[in-house]
Amino acid sequence: MTDNWVEFVYLLAAVLFVLGIKALTRPKTAARGNLLSAVGMLLAVVVTLLDRDIVRYEYIAAGMIAGGLAGAVFALRVRMTAMPQMVALLNGCGGGASLGLAAASHLITTASAGYGSGPSVAVLFVTATVLIGAVTLSGSLVAFAKLQELISGQPIGFAGMKFLNATLFAAALAAGAMLYADPGNTSLFWGLIALAAVLGVTLVLPIGGADMPVVIALLNSYSGIAAASAGFIMENTVLIVAGSLVGASGIILTQIMCKAMNRSLTNVLFGVMAPGGAAMDADAVYAGKVKSAQAEEIAMILETARRVVIVPGFGMAMSQAQHAVRELMDVLEARGTEVEFAIHPVAGRMPGHMNVLLAEAEVPYDKLVEMDRINPTFEQTDVAIVIGANDVTNPMAREDKGSPIYGMPILNVDKARTVVVVKRSLGSGFAGLPNPLFAMDNCLMVFGDGKKAVIDITTALNAA
Amino acid sequence: MDTMVLLFALFVLSLFLGVELITKVPPTLHTPLMSGTNAISGITLVGAVLAAGDNAQSWLVHALGFIAVFAATLNVVGGYLVTNRMLAMFKRK
Repeated sequence: MTDNWVEFVYLLAAVLFVLGIKALTRPKTAARGNLLSAVGMLLAVVVTLLDRDIVRYEYIAAGMIAGGLAGAVFALRVRMTAMPQMVALLNGCGGGASLGLAAASHLITTASAGYGSGPSVAVLFVTATVLIGAVTLSGSLVAFAKLQELISGQPIGFAGMKFLNATLFAAALAAGAMLYADPGNTSLFWGLIALAAVLGVTLVLPIGGADMPVVIALLNSYSGIAAASAGFIMENTVLIVAGSLVGASGIILTQIMCKAMNRSLTNVLFGVMAPGGAAMDADAVYAGKVKSAQAEEIAMILETARRVVIVPGFGMAMSQAQHAVRELMDVLEARGTEVEFAIHPVAGRMPGHMNVLLAEAEVPYDKLVEMDRINPTFEQTDVAIVIGANDVTNPMAREDKGSPIYGMPILNVDKARTVVVVKRSLGSGFAGLPNPLFAMDNCLMVFGDGKKAVIDITTALNAA
Repeated sequence: MDTMVLLFALFVLSLFLGVELITKVPPTLHTPLMSGTNAISGITLVGAVLAAGDNAQSWLVHALGFIAVFAATLNVVGGYLVTNRMLAMFKRK
């Protein structure tokens, strides 16, 4: 098989990746798109395995069997609520693969002919791949640990963390520059990897739970860029095309998430939220104004409602309430009530998390309405039911210029005739702020576990 | 150097193509988009296979090659399967 042949198959694989992503623009064609993309991957791998440069197959076979089994088990057993962790883990694997491949390739080259006489561009790409790959690997593992609650989801760090990170980054760049001058220096090479791995940890540790969607999207982008950079080392076209597609995807999702929180990327990565003023005292906001209600009372209000909007948040995922929510929707619709879901871009812990959970519970996707489209309809809504969401409904973001979340786009649930908030307690959300919505005249609180509360409301409505 | 320039052009154009493609994906599919593109980034498997199949003498190279193939395969298989699981739910209705 000549090299040209291989290149044509790589081109075909790249075209299949592009068509696959294009098919993801519509829910109907998305599954087919994923299949196209998988076929492209299979072609690229098979044609590479036939490469005559490959002399031993035992390590390849062992790695593929072990990795394939582990991947299949994770993918088939993971719960939909745990998707953010799963994606974090996959991001880490992508980074780890690029790191491993760059390191192996570098050691092979330096042990044999070296990079030729004089400084070589290839060394720069080795440095870039190793740096991005190691940051992605260790950063994703920290993100995974936070999401899986192996470690606290709160920001962990100290005041000078930024300076530590800047120093680590500068040191890694310096190590890269020295490696460029002296590619054969292996201890320098390992030092570079160690610096980058520590940097990944110290970058993600200070980032809190609310900002996890941004971090996952960003690490997704890094895993793609690491792959593209590895493509430059191997002079491999399909690695470059596929890697840059993924890199672009991650960057766009990161931007969307930042916009939905009204924060810049630098602010998410390095900043802390502005401290709230004295007016943020939760007791003063809630004192005597919060009304709690039982399931029966809520059912009575729902009985006469003509339009209901359900607002899911991370709390719905936590209590696995998606199936209960769907039953409530069915009962309401059977009574002739119009039901829609309002999806905030950062609801949950990764982009699109709520949509996947509701799809799992067989809620048709055309009932899931984006923020910009549903907001004007709240004034014509009889009841808005908020399940386990907090900050994304906080009217302070719209009205209180002094609030740290001022300017963040929110769902205007307070404009509905009645707002029902299902929540464990009056505890604050990720932003650590009280929510004046809970104290409003048209707001009723149902305290308790999300799933149980929704089931109780559905039962009471059925009995009515 | 010529190849590098061509490869760089390919990289930049693919980035633009990626931006054009991804902006058209609706928010409802953002989670499958992430896991699906994640699987695509497992394309490093192609490079990993070449590194792991090298006839090097060093055990370290073999170990690194094995790790790269393992991680990339996990990325590819796990990514495509979990994406497929999610998208099957969207297709139902």
